[in-house]
Amino acid sequence: MADLSQAKPVVTRPVASAPPMAPRTPAAIAKEPMEVAFDISGFSLWYGANQALFDVGIQIPARAVTAIIGPSGCGKSTFLRALNRMHELTPGTRIAGRLRLFGEDLYAAAVDPAVVRRRVGMVFQKSNPFPTMSIAENVLVGLRLNGVNDRALLRQRLEESLRMAALWDEVKDILGRPGSSLSGGQQQRLCIARALAVQPEVLLMDEPCSALDPLATAKIEELINDLRASFTVIIVTHNMQQAARVSNRTAFFYLGRLVEYDETSTIFMNPSNPQTEAYVAGRFG
Amino acid sequence: MKRFFDAELETFRSQLILMGETAIEQVRTAIQALVEAKTGLAEQVIAADDRLDRLEVEIDNEAVRYMNLRAPIASELRLVIVGMKASHDLERVGDEATSIAKRAIKLSAEPPLKPYIDIPRMVSMALEMLRDALDCFLQVDEAKAVAVCKRDAEVDNLNRQLYRELTSFMIERPETISRAIELMFISKSIERIADHATNIAEEMIYLSQGKDVRHTEEVKKDGKPLA
Repeated sequence: MADLSQAKPVVTRPVASAPPMAPRTPAAIAKEPMEVAFDISGFSLWYGANQALFDVGIQIPARAVTAIIGPSGCGKSTFLRALNRMHELTPGTRIAGRLRLFGEDLYAAAVDPAVVRRRVGMVFQKSNPFPTMSIAENVLVGLRLNGVNDRALLRQRLEESLRMAALWDEVKDILGRPGSSLSGGQQQRLCIARALAVQPEVLLMDEPCSALDPLATAKIEELINDLRASFTVIIVTHNMQQAARVSNRTAFFYLGRLVEYDETSTIFMNPSNPQTEAYVAGRFG
Repeated sequence: MKRFFDAELETFRSQLILMGETAIEQVRTAIQALVEAKTGLAEQVIAADDRLDRLEVEIDNEAVRYMNLRAPIASELRLVIVGMKASHDLERVGDEATSIAKRAIKLSAEPPLKPYIDIPRMVSMALEMLRDALDCFLQVDEAKAVAVCKRDAEVDNLNRQLYRELTSFMIERPETISRAIELMFISKSIERIADHATNIAEEMIYLSQGKDVRHTEEVKKDGKPLA
């Protein structure tokens, strides 16, 4: 069993140099080799006596964008939180089943949830920069909490993270200003930069654009498209068009069960399950 | 702001241009096969038709995919819809080229009924119309598109003129009947190619203005200019 209690050596990834995506036809996608990031089987989750997830089995590809869709209360946010053990912050939860990230069991007894959360970063619906911290401090807070003090490294990681989050050009001259002084869309990108600063392998996004206007949304979607070259991105969204635009694969959850999971083009063009079609067509949910 | 999937629309546009160029080349080669009595060229045209069929399917699939996944609106949606329709017209142009090529093979066995002057003239007019219409995919030019629609009548006139001429041939010299009928069909094919060019040009006006001018006075030969 791999020991996740030890922090992994830091790996530097290429920064935001993803080549422009060529149009990906369904046939081309099917031929692409798929490295599995999350390998999940028989996964169930309970909040006290209430079962929120039922026997979920899914393989989520690495360095791709996977969208999780489904009506409110279907378990999609719970599922997302289970991927970095965030749900454990709610008392009385328990799980059953297997959840592996790149072959390592994230729920093994020796695994430190804090390390899991560093490997699997999260961006929330409402941008939540720390109000009293400057832009730079917001980005670097994770590293500082992990004991990184090397000023040169911090400076380098600050720029890298802000560049990856497509925010550097807008904030490079105002790094000392409070994070809360930025616009909503910028704050959300700041939160993405903060998540990227600790160099996670996976980025979870829980409706990252639902509080943003269309232009800020488009910027985040561009960013998600860039991030897929280096990261595994999993995004929960209520916006069907967003799921269709940004993701490679889509999973449809309903009443705590994974109903259908396939290439995004299949889910939106020719889903096999009538419930999926009814949902993506806006007939329920 | 440029979006990451804008490249897909550019590819869509270039597939249409490629299909248009392929269709034009097919017609040109079919006519060359006729005029120079080269059956080898005609056979090439017949063999190459499935390229256009494949392009039509590819363009249609991409249009459906794009509409499904990218949710285009306004002029972008019009481009995708117009592209689908144009691909259908271009596939039909390819069918006409094949039909001309088959008749060129039949006609090559006999001496020409008369020097080929009107048919090449009709073809250059029809292909010019087609090229002008397709140019609008690269740069929308409404005046050019309207002009294409108005030129259709000239090709129609040439077709009618040729029809009368060939009819009198058949009346005067019954041994020319089989050749004259083949030529009438070829002339009709060219007239249809001009119709497809006109359809595409009308779609280009729709693309540019969102205005449907099909079957209206605005695009007829003596109609009022577009407001």
